Amino acid sequence: MVHWTAEEKQLITSVWSKVNVQLPGVCSAAPWTEKPFFASFGNLSSPTAIVGNPKVRAHGRKVLTSFGEAIKNLDNIKATYAKLSELHCEKLHVDPENFRLLGDILIIVLASHFARDFTPACQFAWQKLVSVVAHALARKYH
Amino acid sequence: MLTADDKKLIQAIWDKVQGHQEDFGAEALQRMFITYPPTKTYFPHFDLSPGSDQIRGHGKKVVNALGNAVKSMDNLSQALSELSNLHAYNLRVDPVNFKLLSQCFQVVLAVHLGKEYTPEVHSAFDKFLSAVAAVLAEKYR
Repeated sequence: MVHWTAEEKQLITSVWSKVNVQLPGVCSAAPWTEKPFFASFGNLSSPTAIVGNPKVRAHGRKVLTSFGEAIKNLDNIKATYAKLSELHCEKLHVDPENFRLLGDILIIVLASHFARDFTPACQFAWQKLVSVVAHALARKYH
Repeated sequence: MLTADDKKLIQAIWDKVQGHQEDFGAEALQRMFITYPPTKTYFPHFDLSPGSDQIRGHGKKVVNALGNAVKSMDNLSQALSELSNLHAYNLRVDPVNFKLLSQCFQVVLAVHLGKEYTPEVHSAFDKFLSAVAAVLAEKYR
C-alpha cells in the first residue's frame, strides 16, 4: 500500500480543488499516442485541431474525473483502478508506458496553470500520484 | 525530427529564458532533486540546500549549454560532442536521468510562462530536449 504523508495529501487535494476539469494539452505532446486509441475522434492533425476537438475535451474530462476518484481514494488506489486496468489491457490494448507519458504531461499542464503555486513540494506529491495511478492501471495486465 | 515550426517556437521560448539562466537552471535542478531523490546520488560533493551557490552555478552551466544547443539545432551532434564525451566517459550519468531533468526543466518553463507554454510549445520543446538527451547518450556504448 502506498504511504502518503499528511502534507502530500494536502498538496494533492488543494491543487485538485482548483482544477477545472479540462485537459487540452495532452494529445499534442505525444502524437503517437493518438492513432490507435483515438482513431474515432476525428481531426487530430495538429495541436490546434486537437485543442479544439470536442471529443478530445470530453475524453480529457473523463480521464481527469477518473483522477478525481483516485484522489478521493488515496489510500486505496489499486482497488479504485482495478476494473479500468482490466479494460485498458483487454479491450483498449494500451501500452502502460502511455500512462506514464500522460502523467508527466498532466504535471506540465498543472505547472502552466498554477505557476508559482505549483511548488517543488507540489510537483513531488503529484509526480508520486501519477506514478501510483500509472502503476495501478498497469497492475491487472496479463 | 524538429520541423521549421518547432525551431521557431523553441527559439521564441529561448528568448524569454535570456537573463534567467541561473534562476531557471537552479530551479530545475532543485525540482529534480526533490521530485526524484535518486538523482542526488550524482552530487554527493554538492551543498544541495535550496539556493546553494553550487546549485545556482551548475544550473547556469546546464542552461547555457542548452542555449548552445538551441543555437545549433541543425547540428546537435557536433555542437554537443564535448558534452557527449564528458557524460559518457567521465560523469557516467545514467541516461534515464536526462528525461527526469528534461521533465523538471519543462515544469520550470511552464511555471514561468504559464499560458504561453501552449501544447505546440510543449511538444516542440519536449522534442528538442529528447534530441539533446539522445546526443548526450550517443557515446555510452
